Amino acid sequence: MREELQKILAPFKGEKKDVIPMLQAVQNEYSYLPEEAFESIAEYSGVPESKVYGAATFYSQFYFSPRGDYEVKVCLGTACHVRGAAQIMESLERELDICCGETTSDYKYSLERVNCVGSCALAPVVMVGDDVYGRLEPKKVKEVLDKSASEV
Amino acid sequence: MRQKFDTIEKEARKAWEELQESGVPQVLVGAATCGNATGGQDVIKAVYKKLKEKNGKAVVKQVGCIGLCYAEVLVDIIKPGMPRICYSEMTPEKAEELIESYLFNDDPRPDMALGHFGEEGPEGIPKISELPVFKSQQRVILKNCGHVDPESIEEYIVNDGYKGLLKCLEQKPEDIVDEVTSSRLRGRGGAGFPAGRKWSSCLKAQADEKYVICNADEGDPGAFMDRSVLEGDPHSVIEGMTIAGYAIGASKGYLYVRAEYPLAIARLRKAIAQAKEKNLLGEDILGSGFNFDLEIFQGAGAFVCGESTALVMSIEGNRGMPKPLPRPRTTEAGLWGRPTLLNNVKTFSVVPQILNKGADWFASIGTEGSPGTAVFALTGKINRSGLIEVPMGIELEKIIREIGGDILDDKEFKAVQTGGPSGGCLPLDKLDLPVDFDSLLEAGSMMGSGGMVVMDKDTCMVDVARYFLDFTFEESCGQCAPCRLGTAQMLSILDDICEGRGREGDIELLLELGDSIIKGTICGLGNTAPNPVLSTIEYFRDEYEAHIRDKSCPALVCKSLIVYTINEEKCNGCGRCRKSCPVEAIIGEKKEPHKIDQSKCTKCGICYQECPDRFGAVERKTGQENLSVVN
Repeated sequence: MREELQKILAPFKGEKKDVIPMLQAVQNEYSYLPEEAFESIAEYSGVPESKVYGAATFYSQFYFSPRGDYEVKVCLGTACHVRGAAQIMESLERELDICCGETTSDYKYSLERVNCVGSCALAPVVMVGDDVYGRLEPKKVKEVLDKSASEV
Repeated sequence: MRQKFDTIEKEARKAWEELQESGVPQVLVGAATCGNATGGQDVIKAVYKKLKEKNGKAVVKQVGCIGLCYAEVLVDIIKPGMPRICYSEMTPEKAEELIESYLFNDDPRPDMALGHFGEEGPEGIPKISELPVFKSQQRVILKNCGHVDPESIEEYIVNDGYKGLLKCLEQKPEDIVDEVTSSRLRGRGGAGFPAGRKWSSCLKAQADEKYVICNADEGDPGAFMDRSVLEGDPHSVIEGMTIAGYAIGASKGYLYVRAEYPLAIARLRKAIAQAKEKNLLGEDILGSGFNFDLEIFQGAGAFVCGESTALVMSIEGNRGMPKPLPRPRTTEAGLWGRPTLLNNVKTFSVVPQILNKGADWFASIGTEGSPGTAVFALTGKINRSGLIEVPMGIELEKIIREIGGDILDDKEFKAVQTGGPSGGCLPLDKLDLPVDFDSLLEAGSMMGSGGMVVMDKDTCMVDVARYFLDFTFEESCGQCAPCRLGTAQMLSILDDICEGRGREGDIELLLELGDSIIKGTICGLGNTAPNPVLSTIEYFRDEYEAHIRDKSCPALVCKSLIVYTINEEKCNGCGRCRKSCPVEAIIGEKKEPHKIDQSKCTKCGICYQECPDRFGAVERKTGQENLSVVN
């Protein structure tokens, strides 16, 4: 993994301001930040590993464990909230048997909340991968999951 | 300089005119995030398919959003000699039919059309500017969105693009700052700080290097104005930032864009490359000797980074926390300790027009104290959700009733929320309020960056307050105690109220905590965090009291305070609720009245939706007497 990481970091100058872009580049590759990433970035940039880790934990974009094949993102923006997004989230949690922020044991689905995907006219909205499903009701949640799974 | 620009403009115009005079029709498909979410890309495929099948020719372009989110997917067709006609709610099938009818059989299909642009149009199709949704709108910041191809610098130039920059380069930096100051432009990020004052203080600051930063880290959960501008008109932001660079003496700019906006980032990258190629950005711009370069920085997801000092920390590679007080102004010591000019996307994007058309033109729009227009993402329980732009000073009522087409399903209006997590909720009797920075602030809300969420009588205001506070609590950077602990305390009181554990005195405690947070925190996130709670207490105190005293949620939203029951007299025993219940909480024989086992019920509401309207047997109830009967 170290060599792979070095390859990912090579295009960067390794200045302090590159820390967040480097974390993003690593996550783009692995879909999460493996432990080795912090050490490599610290070494490459000279920024202490604690600071690198500190920056990573501050931002909601970064994940610290492997993600599922499908990222199920439930929009909990204001428009979705007033149109019942909480019930959609609960239905998904029940259907996938995981809590928001977790990944199913077969690494098929990860479930998370996001703030506004900008499709407020379709509220409540769920994204599976890049597909947007709008005007959802709790009973339609299973259909959405089945549909995304059939497209494997 | 002018000569160089004239050549660029001439080339662009030539390409544009060739297209207009080629006799080839143009098909414009709304392909911003909202259009794509409703199937924009499938519609494009269908258009190509039909063209291929018929062996026809047309220029198919993806354009940004004209703001009619409720009517997506939008397809516009420009046939030679005809005005541009806009078609709404397109599906791949409908699009194929439309292409066949209009492009090949000259039938403009009034049945599918929303309206036509320009003065004259085919019979049966209304003028788009006279539709209720557009009549009161005034497009300044969004003037190009959905009209020009965001990936074509030529189209931007033909529509007066980069003329503001040219005028700017012909003047002295001081003159530019004066122009911005006399336009009385106020920052569109939320607080409405006079842009001219910021620019002037940056110009005066002495340093070896200065920076321009565009805040495109749109964080308000329920708003997408900045994204639409970036996706639909990226060059206007680039031009505005370049003008700012010249005015304050900076040669480097950063666009801090939310990483969740991949399309906006891609379009910005392309636009930056195009501008550099035409010498409108980069070294020695138009031979003026002025250098300006732009870099995109992807924000990694932190609401507090909307605060200027936190955003600067983030670009520098740190946790995005606001700098402690006392701190120098960002305009004096910002990025890497250098004077930094930080403005919102919409602020920069309107600057080119101010220079091009003059400060007086801009100042003549809107009101005395808040000139110009306001862009809102109008959403929630409203018929026509979308992106709108109105002159400042317009009444809230007009936005909601006329432009928004009133409340969904003819329900009753309850509140309108502006300003996102830093704003407030305004009730019915405030609907005559003019929309401008100062009036909204005075009423306990704020302009914010442009989220406007409409709520009907089925929205619980205590739940809404809890929702926003939950957001700010999660997003608090944790640095100062009043915000970190204060929002946690307020949230736990609101949780209690919503879950039936509210006590007398809770409202007073919330007010007291809110007041201390406002006074004690060090940044704009913290000292506006209590606003949603304070404004709902001010205008909807009775709802808080119902929750606390009667254990009742009048809007039937707060789960702990409602029960689902089946009315035995109405239940026909059809079994739909039983089959759909995810936790098998419903019992009953076929054709016999069913019952809900309250110990298993998770109150997901599926049975309530499933019960056919003709029975209406599943009932939602609230209040102490109903709750105690069931328990």
